[in-house]
Amino acid sequence: MAPVIDLDGLEVRFGERVILNRLTGSLGGRAIGLLGPNGAGKSTLINTLLGFHPPAAGTARVFGHDIRTEARQVRALIGYMPENDAFIARMSGVRFVRLMAELAGLPPEQAMERAHEAFFHVGMGEARYREIGTYSLGMKQLAKLAQAIAHGPRLLLLDEPTNGLDPPARQRMIELIREIRDRGDLHLILSSHLLKDVEECCDQVLILKQGRIAACCNLEEERRANRKFLELETRGGDGEFASGIARLGCEAAWSANGRVKLVLPEGVEVRQLYEIASRSQVQIRRLNYKRDSLEDIFLKAMESPNGGL
Amino acid sequence: MAVYKKTYRGYDGALTPAWSRFLVIPRFAFAQMRASRFLTMFFLGTMIFPLLAAVFIYVHHSLAAMKLLEINPSRIVAIDASFFMTFLGTQSILAYLLTAFIGPGLVSPDLANNALPLYLSRPLTRAEYVAGKLSVLFVLLSAMTWIPGLLLFALQAYLEGNGWMGNNLRIAGGLFVGAWIWILLQSLLALAVSAWVKWKPVAGALMFGVFFVASGFGAAFNMVLRTQWGSLINISHLIGTVWTWLFDQPMRRGAGAAFFRVARGDQIPPWCIWASLAALCVFCLWMLARKVRGVEVARS
Repeated sequence: MAPVIDLDGLEVRFGERVILNRLTGSLGGRAIGLLGPNGAGKSTLINTLLGFHPPAAGTARVFGHDIRTEARQVRALIGYMPENDAFIARMSGVRFVRLMAELAGLPPEQAMERAHEAFFHVGMGEARYREIGTYSLGMKQLAKLAQAIAHGPRLLLLDEPTNGLDPPARQRMIELIREIRDRGDLHLILSSHLLKDVEECCDQVLILKQGRIAACCNLEEERRANRKFLELETRGGDGEFASGIARLGCEAAWSANGRVKLVLPEGVEVRQLYEIASRSQVQIRRLNYKRDSLEDIFLKAMESPNGGL
Repeated sequence: MAVYKKTYRGYDGALTPAWSRFLVIPRFAFAQMRASRFLTMFFLGTMIFPLLAAVFIYVHHSLAAMKLLEINPSRIVAIDASFFMTFLGTQSILAYLLTAFIGPGLVSPDLANNALPLYLSRPLTRAEYVAGKLSVLFVLLSAMTWIPGLLLFALQAYLEGNGWMGNNLRIAGGLFVGAWIWILLQSLLALAVSAWVKWKPVAGALMFGVFFVASGFGAAFNMVLRTQWGSLINISHLIGTVWTWLFDQPMRRGAGAAFFRVARGDQIPPWCIWASLAALCVFCLWMLARKVRGVEVARS
């Protein structure tokens, strides 16, 4: 199966400035986070995939379709939620979404039905007959999401979807994105400068720095790997616990006050530690996964002079 | 699926043909225009002159009607190329007023509200977007100019008989081609102005400005340098000259003659007129190409 995005030496220039510098890589996650500081090239990458910027060199493929030669087919697969306010003046919300769905190729009757559904889906069913110009910022964001999903795209591009939202509205937006992701019908790319948004929604992350790929990692794999590193704080016992976990094959480093850092070998579950502790009359007061958070990954990528982890 | 089922679902149904998608734009635009009472009344008002012209053609062929209206048959205006030029000129002025009113609202709101990325992220090219917007004007202006013009021509041919149509086919060609040249030019001009000026009232005013200021500037150029080349930037002169050539008749009377006038003794070669019109259209397309983009880029 073709990857969602295949970057093949993609270079984009604005005049003499190189904005995307020979990006090469393959993205296949269900939800891909696009991270990077301002000016890293996140929005340019999205706009290039949409065909708004012609590549100066190289190319990219979306589900196997080349953005240079098959721009129309690429756009037919995409639903796009832009970063800034974007709507059509003097039009009700549902009519706006219907227009966008028809432009994507849906017959009028289907477009109308799906426009209503999309509005209900994003939780704005009651406001769908109001003019978009009268919507609040949060409502406009939801209307933009509705128009992006109404035609049933295979790839959803979300450019800073939580921009300007208050905490409850942000939470609602994140929930919606996760709900859409979990349906499994489509892939999504979430561009954001908020690490938390990406961490909550994405299973793969592409970090850009000065137009280059600084890191590309699978968050799920990172999370799985992280589950093997534990920090424990114990009370009581007479050394039987230490020998018990050694028999399990755990590497352990003991420090004062019953604190221990250990690595679980393949096939060993945390449950077995609790069983040994119970047998050894040891209390496990605290158990933390040593978590290499997205923030750690991001900071490492930013600190590295040439990018890369 | 009923609207109360609030889950997202993909779409794998039938799609409309790709070539027809740009027609969605005029369909929605017309629906929006119908909501404007002023526009509807104005558009209906533009049909008054064609109706009067139809009545005139009928009267022209009915001795009973002329007798009833006490018209002297020998003094009634002939229905010839000049008659149809007058018709085209009058309707074209009304078409220009409508364009100045509608045109600025076609692209500028999309630019002001950042809607272009939404349009162009669909399987819709920039050319199709422009074609969609142009077709709004094409349909309306055609309904005001060449369509009633050709209906009048057909009515006259039917009532006159005796091979009148065959002998006057140039009039039909002049109506059709002359109207299309004017429609194309003013539509491109309206869209180009609309793409560069985001504020609708200013864009509307600029539509008139382009027409009258260019005419004034061309006339001043001619007077100061004692030449005729200034007429090449005078849009009414260009159109008037083309129509004169198409109908093979000078502009003699009516509102059309006042608006699309050609100076006596004009010696500008026809190819220069055509080249000026083509250059104006190309310039408008270039202006549109600069502005109709998914995103604007600051290059340095």
